Amino acid sequence: MEIKYYIGVAVALFCIGIIGVLTRRNAIIIFMCIEVMLNAVNLLLVAFSKMHALTAVGKATPSVVSDAQLFVFFIMVVAAAEVAVGLAIIVMMYRNVHSVDVNFLNRLKN
Amino acid sequence: MLNLGLRFPELLIWSPLIAGLICFIIRQDKNSKAVALFSSFITLIISVASLLYAKDRQLSGLNDSYVWMPYLGASFNVGLDGMGHLLTFLTALSFPIIFIATYKNDYKNASSFYGLMLLSQAGLMGVFTAMDAMVFYFFWELALIPVYFLCSRWGGEKRIRATFKFFVYTFTGSLLMLVGIIYMYLQTGANPQTALADHSFAMNAFYAVRLSFPQQFWLFWLFFAAFAIKMPIFPFHTWQPDTYEQSPAAVTMVLSGIMVKMGVFAVLRWLVPFMPAAVEKYRMLVIGLSVFGMIYASLLAIKQDDLKRLVAYSSIAHIGLMCAAIFSSYAVGIQGVMIQMFSHGINIIGLWIVIDLVEKQTGVRKISQLGGIAHKAPILTIMLVVIALANIALPLTNAFVGEFMMFNGLFKFNVWYAAIAGVSVILAAVYTLNMVQKVFYGETNSLTAIIKEIAWNEKLALGFIVVLVFLVGVFPQPIFNLTKDAVAFIAGEGK
Amino acid sequence: MNNVLQIVWLIPALPLLGFLINGLGRKQLSKTFSGIIGSGVVLGSFLISLYAFFSVKGGNTHVAHYFNFINIESLKIGFDFQVDQLSSLFLLIITGVGFLIHVYSTSYMHEEERKDFAKYFSFLNLFVFSMLLLVMGANYVIMFIGWEGVGLCSYLLIGFWFKNTQYNNAAKKAFIMNRIGDLGFLLAVFWLISKLGTVNFGIQGHPESGEGILTTLYTKLSSFDITCITLLFFVGATGKSAQIPLYTWLPDAMAGPTPVSALIHAATMVTAGIYMIARSNILYTLAPVTQTVVAITGLATAILAATIALKQNDIKKVLAYSTVSQLGYMFLGLGVGAYTGAVFHVMTHAFFKALLFLGAGSVIHAMGGEQDMRNMGGLKKYMNTTHITFLLGCLAIAGMPPFSGFFSKDEILAAAFQKNPLYWGVGVLTAFMTAFYMFRLYAMTFTGKFRGTHEQEQHLHESPAAITIPLMVLALLAVVGGWIGIPEIFMHGGHRLEAFLEPVFAGSNEYVKAHAPVKELSHTTEYALMAVSVIGAFMALLYAWNKFSKYEKTGVEEKGIGKILANKWYVDEIYDAVIVKPLHSLASFFNNVMEKKAIDGFVDGVGKAVNYGSRQVRLLQSGHVGSYVLLMVIGILILFIVQLFLK
Repeated sequence: MEIKYYIGVAVALFCIGIIGVLTRRNAIIIFMCIEVMLNAVNLLLVAFSKMHALTAVGKATPSVVSDAQLFVFFIMVVAAAEVAVGLAIIVMMYRNVHSVDVNFLNRLKN
Repeated sequence: MLNLGLRFPELLIWSPLIAGLICFIIRQDKNSKAVALFSSFITLIISVASLLYAKDRQLSGLNDSYVWMPYLGASFNVGLDGMGHLLTFLTALSFPIIFIATYKNDYKNASSFYGLMLLSQAGLMGVFTAMDAMVFYFFWELALIPVYFLCSRWGGEKRIRATFKFFVYTFTGSLLMLVGIIYMYLQTGANPQTALADHSFAMNAFYAVRLSFPQQFWLFWLFFAAFAIKMPIFPFHTWQPDTYEQSPAAVTMVLSGIMVKMGVFAVLRWLVPFMPAAVEKYRMLVIGLSVFGMIYASLLAIKQDDLKRLVAYSSIAHIGLMCAAIFSSYAVGIQGVMIQMFSHGINIIGLWIVIDLVEKQTGVRKISQLGGIAHKAPILTIMLVVIALANIALPLTNAFVGEFMMFNGLFKFNVWYAAIAGVSVILAAVYTLNMVQKVFYGETNSLTAIIKEIAWNEKLALGFIVVLVFLVGVFPQPIFNLTKDAVAFIAGEGK
Repeated sequence: MNNVLQIVWLIPALPLLGFLINGLGRKQLSKTFSGIIGSGVVLGSFLISLYAFFSVKGGNTHVAHYFNFINIESLKIGFDFQVDQLSSLFLLIITGVGFLIHVYSTSYMHEEERKDFAKYFSFLNLFVFSMLLLVMGANYVIMFIGWEGVGLCSYLLIGFWFKNTQYNNAAKKAFIMNRIGDLGFLLAVFWLISKLGTVNFGIQGHPESGEGILTTLYTKLSSFDITCITLLFFVGATGKSAQIPLYTWLPDAMAGPTPVSALIHAATMVTAGIYMIARSNILYTLAPVTQTVVAITGLATAILAATIALKQNDIKKVLAYSTVSQLGYMFLGLGVGAYTGAVFHVMTHAFFKALLFLGAGSVIHAMGGEQDMRNMGGLKKYMNTTHITFLLGCLAIAGMPPFSGFFSKDEILAAAFQKNPLYWGVGVLTAFMTAFYMFRLYAMTFTGKFRGTHEQEQHLHESPAAITIPLMVLALLAVVGGWIGIPEIFMHGGHRLEAFLEPVFAGSNEYVKAHAPVKELSHTTEYALMAVSVIGAFMALLYAWNKFSKYEKTGVEEKGIGKILANKWYVDEIYDAVIVKPLHSLASFFNNVMEKKAIDGFVDGVGKAVNYGSRQVRLLQSGHVGSYVLLMVIGILILFIVQLFLK
């Protein structure tokens, strides 16, 4: 498949994520949207890595080709950690203000 | 002796710096006063010795060079030429006078007070000896920052506002200058793109740079703004009356007696020689501003009711003349500036001492509320009259020589400017005599009835100033001999 | 000759020493001692001046160089003294008359406190010192030092009784008006420096080189330069010598002690302007335009002051205006090229005007400080010596032959007639007025009956010897002082002063002879002129004597022109309205609008703008996580777009 389809899907995912972050007020949904954006990037990384492996340069240096895929694993690990921390924050937030609406969280102002 | 001779500029910086730090460390108010006085005498002795032994009065640029920041091409390079000798001597001389005259003033946290004063002295010494732009800038700020703290902690009622104004003004100037210095720095070396270490901050390297005309024209303003604020000349002067009014007496003396000379000195050393074309081009404008400022400040001085503000405006008028004389670029005028820097420093410190005495005893500085002090304190009055006469440049006082020569230079440049500037001499007589009359003559009132004759320390300080006033006024030649070469260099380059 | 050079520095140094002794020891010294010191040093100077005078009689000029005052590459000014005919004559006048006035002061000021007494003498000595510097300086800068120095002493002495605000104001006014003139002087000096490169007198009026000087002057100075320089010097002279437009300080200066008025404001300091122009005579001769200006200014001042003097009632004010008027005469003399006449008049005027002032002082002393002539009258009964000497002084100033004023005034008037008969007409008219007001003064003071209070009448007495002896000496001089300048028509070779001063004015005389010879007056004309002025003055004198011997206090205010004259043509008021008030308004404008609103307003405005701006920007920090994220996204998008378009 051509690379542009992958890019299309990734961009679509990313935009969905952004729009979600910007428009939704529920902290959990926002959180999920962030994950969607991360995965959009992961998708791109994998796709480009694959594309790169088919070029002349890629064939000459196979060890470099897999770097991007390694990165994806890293991102997934980090995302998992982030989920753990993020969900914990959301839980704490719910305990404190009995809501997961981010608009309640305007204490940064003061 | 030769080795020692080379180290004088450093000693001049280190002596107050170390004494200042000692003051901070000992934190005993009484002892710190003694330390300050003692160290100021040491500095004076060093300065006198440097005048006597220093053989070379040319700026060689090879004195005491330590590599300071090699990756930037900056080195700790200090040296003294005639002008440097004169101004370091003024600095070294002023501090003992100031400390003696204000010996009986008690400041809270005196140790920090004297520590800051001495740091400021070290900064001034550094400015007058610096032969490297980085060193110059460093000391320029070192001289200013203690003053900022001194004003804001020991000043009058509106000190915060005044200090803030002072700080913002001077700091704006300093930053503009810094930009200018960096630009100059990048012009040194083979070409602007080479590595930093190939450039140099050294003064001689700066002098060697031949700037193109357009470069000079905008660079001129960067430097000039900084120095014009410091001097100050119209219309950059409004920080001065406020700051003088609010600062404690000793600080005002440093500010007006010496620190103002930093601006004049800097123009002579760090501006005029670099940019002959720009000086030529903006000469009319700058002299015009200065001359207008002289008249303007003199008129304002007539209107002031506060003694400190009056003296502040009078100082602006005098500095205006110096600036005009520098930019008229005649050797005789610049020679006049040299001697006037020294004379003005001495005289204005004398005026501040008198004002401080009056204020301490009566609690007011308003001319309209005072009067008749001459009955109560004749010696004080005599001293004041002599200093006031020096302030209006009466012949045989020190200021006459300077003003005569500066007017002479200005006259050679342009007759009309000289004539207009001359009006300020008349106005100076108006406000000075008015002040003398209203404050010292006439009948005493309830405020001035309690005034006592001055104490020994003030008598000593003022007496010394009065002697200097006449000494320099009658025999100015030694100062001319001292600064001859520096003048020739500046006037030659400034043409 | 070398001996002179060796001791000539003592002439100013002695009074300086007196100043220091009296000034520093004013608390310790007794009055007698300070009086002796004060007068003694001046006597010493007088004796040395005499010696110097005789040493230059043969036409020598001595220049003594002491040290370099300013010595840089482009400018060399030595601290030099010059003794020639002109300066030695002035030295004699200053120290001679000065000594008499010092002696007089020991008695006149005796009621002062001890330290004020010593202070008075120290100031007086300082004045003599400065005045001697002025006339002995061998260049314009040293002259200027003395020039400002005498101004300072005048300031200090006018305001001697410094408790009184009015006196202080008078002192300040004198100083400031002098300073206005001094600016002109300074500018002229700068002009000379920039064109000639030197300020030494040596270049002008030097007897030996004659025409050589003229060539130097012509090659270095254009006629425009010469005119400007001389005009600027003249501005200086109008300040110091109280000419229009700067004369108003002199009448006010009468606030000082009377001996001061006699010494400073009549005999010596105010003649400094004449000395300076006589010293620069060659420049003035080369500048006909300036000469005309000088002559007309002098004449205008002479007649203006004379008209004012007609209606003054303060005895010292009359004398003050008469001084202004006589100084006008001297400038007329300078303006028409009669330098010797002007210097001659300086000398005779010093004698009779000092005499009149001292006589007035004696009267004031006797009257217990009263200066208003309306409260005097009939004093000749009580103070015989004062009366006689005063009368001699009045006759001298009125120009009656053979008193000194006649000769000097006649010389000036004759020269004025040669130049322009109109000058002579106005001059003679002034002379009539002079005779009139002087005898008005005389009659109101000494004749008629006493109009003061009873206590004052009890108090009337002749003054002590320290006062009357100087009066007698001066009276003698006022009578015979003119005989050294007897006109040619009376006695061949009678004008010994002219012969004495010849070397100083040689350059000018030669120039005039060569370029613009003046037709000698016929003897008939000269006699006629003299007769007119003497007879006219005599009539005026008799009329005034008659009229004011019968003076009664009426209490009626003056009306019409009399009121204007009594109020001095309202010149002070006009100056106040035209110069002082506008300056003050300008200063207020600068202070309130320019300084506070414009400059500080701008500075504060920058601060306010920053404050306002940051308050607006702060609103962006709403605290909503959502809006932060939105901004972040927008920011990233902008960066992308920028990147896209820039590549």
